[in-house]
Amino acid sequence: MRQKIVIALALVAGLILAWNLHTMFLQVPDEKNQGAIFRIFYFHFPSAITSFVGFYIGMFCGVGYLVKKDLRLDSIAASINEVSLAFATIALVTGSIWGRIIWGIWWAWDPRITSYFVCWLMYVGYLMLRRAIDDPTTRARLGAVLSIFAAVDIMIVWKSIEWWRTQHPGPVLEIRGGGGMAPGMEAPLWWNFLALLLLFTALVLIRMRQESMKCEIDSLRRYAHAF
Amino acid sequence: MNFLRQSLAVAAKDLRSEIRSKETVNASLSFALVILLLFSFAFDPSSEQVREIAGGLLWLVFAFAGTLILNRSFARELVNDCLDALIASPATGAQLFFGKCIANYVLMVAVECVCLPIFAVFYNVRLPQKIAVLFLVMLLGSWGITVIGTLFSAMTVNLRLRELMLPTLIYPMLIPALMGAIHLSGMLIAGEPLGPDDQIWFKLLVAFDLIFTMLALALVETVLVG
Repeated sequence: MRQKIVIALALVAGLILAWNLHTMFLQVPDEKNQGAIFRIFYFHFPSAITSFVGFYIGMFCGVGYLVKKDLRLDSIAASINEVSLAFATIALVTGSIWGRIIWGIWWAWDPRITSYFVCWLMYVGYLMLRRAIDDPTTRARLGAVLSIFAAVDIMIVWKSIEWWRTQHPGPVLEIRGGGGMAPGMEAPLWWNFLALLLLFTALVLIRMRQESMKCEIDSLRRYAHAF
Repeated sequence: MNFLRQSLAVAAKDLRSEIRSKETVNASLSFALVILLLFSFAFDPSSEQVREIAGGLLWLVFAFAGTLILNRSFARELVNDCLDALIASPATGAQLFFGKCIANYVLMVAVECVCLPIFAVFYNVRLPQKIAVLFLVMLLGSWGITVIGTLFSAMTVNLRLRELMLPTLIYPMLIPALMGAIHLSGMLIAGEPLGPDDQIWFKLLVAFDLIFTMLALALVETVLVG
């Protein structure tokens, strides 16, 4: 059943993405000031937001593990954090490409970009920590604590744009107090958001299955070693 | 009061052990001197530019040298299963952690107090007139490093590659505190007045220290005992 859900999610995500690519490249005109490169925003923004939300859901699953001591919650947390890290990488890379075209540099040490990179490094540390621990319960416990610390740091990331002066573009969308996008330009963004969210869910489900299989293999190996 | 008394007992034990062996402080100070020497090859130590980047250099030295102290904090308890004995003692995880924090903090601030004048001599940097404010920045920044470093030292104590894991985990976590401390120290050493805009960095340092102290105290029992 889960296999069918994963295939269905991936198929719907693929169809929306294909249709959206057609809309973005053939129907939406170039932006007045930025030209064609503005289209990268359609991937940059949803990836960044999805990774942020993912890191928080991962943290809540970690807290859930600490409360309930259920290893399934830990595998959900680990899967979500890992896929969120991949999405954060997409956001960083697409942001960097955009910066090269608009600002003329691949990387600007602007506070928000720096903080986002810091956040990315913390979750790389999270994965490294998990790899270094063999015992599943210790791994789950320390992983949960680290993700709580990292999630608190993300709040500083989120607020940093207000705390520090920045060259990062201000909010674009009206819901964040920006000027909004031209009619017809905003719809593909939300469709892309939906597609990436579906892809995110499919990847998390695949990763969760791998994680539970790993746990099963580990317990079988321990059982075999006991005799 | 009992919380503080137990914590101080742990801190006194750690400090007494360090005063007798001096292994961590000596290693940390030597490492700080090596970094100060290496900086002299990275740029011209007599240039005016040094005053502008002094804050950053100083905090890099503090952070690198501090990691050695933090790394040993729980690792020294592994011999003869002392860590298990400490966890089984009447002191709670939070008291044990807070005591370790106090001991690490004292050692770190002591190393920093030695490094600061040496840095000023090596790089021909005049220490600011407002040395008390610089000292306050050092105290606030070091507490942030100590709290996070001590908790992560407890987390990584039983791991293979713990010497590698600790810096990899704590440096990204410490960046907001380091940013604040570097900015304020740089301004003070360059002799520039601290304006209302700079107050936000003080607030950031205080908030960082408070948030992570509370979080660490709340979670340390989970880290140590499970």
